[in-house]
Amino acid sequence: MHLAQLNVAHLREPLDSPALADFLAALGPIYQVSDAAPGFVWRMKEGDEPTDLIQHDYGPMLVVNLSVWESRETLWNFIYRSAHLEVMRRRRQWFHRIAEPYTVMWWVPEGHLPPLDEAMARLDLLRTQGPGPEAFTFKDFYDSSAAACLPAAAEVTK
Amino acid sequence: MTSDDLESISVLGDPVRRALYRFVAEQGRDVGRNEAAEATGVQRTLAAHHLDKLVEAGLLEAGFRRLSGRAGPGGGRPAKVYRRVREERAVSLPPRDYRTLALVLAETVDLLGGEEKAEEAARRAGERLAAADAASGDLMEVLRARGYEPYEEDGRVRLRNCPFHVLADSHPLLVCSMNLALCEGLLAGLGETGVAATLDPRPEECCVAFSKPSKNNVD
Repeated sequence: MHLAQLNVAHLREPLDSPALADFLAALGPIYQVSDAAPGFVWRMKEGDEPTDLIQHDYGPMLVVNLSVWESRETLWNFIYRSAHLEVMRRRRQWFHRIAEPYTVMWWVPEGHLPPLDEAMARLDLLRTQGPGPEAFTFKDFYDSSAAACLPAAAEVTK
Repeated sequence: MTSDDLESISVLGDPVRRALYRFVAEQGRDVGRNEAAEATGVQRTLAAHHLDKLVEAGLLEAGFRRLSGRAGPGGGRPAKVYRRVREERAVSLPPRDYRTLALVLAETVDLLGGEEKAEEAARRAGERLAAADAASGDLMEVLRARGYEPYEEDGRVRLRNCPFHVLADSHPLLVCSMNLALCEGLLAGLGETGVAATLDPRPEECCVAFSKPSKNNVD
């Protein structure tokens, strides 16, 4: 099984405002790090430019990122033990603080590239039901063995 | 404190073991028996005996690796190698539990959205700590004394050990940001104006690195 992660962030200002220039400039270098990171499998892309953010129907102020990794450790090392950490430290300059969970993880069969509606449904699940084997966080993590016996996983592997 | 922790630490009562443990810990990589014996000036068999005692006590972990760097036939037999266990051992008499309280406080900062205040407080704490350690006045000395285990690489100072490991694991963004602020406070307190602390994390190490080593005392 591979580990999928979605995170969403609510912009303080529209993407084309000067306040977001640093954020957009940081995307290229960070994607270089992520795409070359050990354990990186896939990330959803809208276009060839790093600033081509994923298009969606959840409003113009929501930025989403969706990626798949080989393991908890490889995803952790990218998020917290790479140049990504410094960019994340500056997130308040660009994004609102939100009280509900803004990131979710779940296990997917190898080769499955989750569509955005699947990812948003997992985030919704985490927000409404709390962490479980189908939608969880680093703090409340569930092993792939717990997810493997879920009906949803069996459905996709058929 | 658990009785396991006390037993593990009591194994270090022997000066040879203490020297071996310190040597392996300082290398930050796999260390072979020969190398450890040479560095501490004891015979190889004695070093091997003590290294294995340290493994039994859970202070080091052992593995097998070809030290020649060559694989396949002719690469030699894999040698037994040692490295420090990451998990910390703590003994406090009388028992104290700062870890649980620190975890609760970190969660409170998260709930209140108080990251900026926490960073400001960490910066002030760094300044105070530097003032208390000002006797040496040297960045490397202060970092060593604070358990960061600094080492030089490519003209920068990196830190092998995260003194806040458990908290950095549970609240990485908050704790690494506070650690950076604390290190900036140390620099300010020492008057090290030509040195910059930056977040430059790597797996298994501390998240902070310094732009250039202190003037006179880099080893």
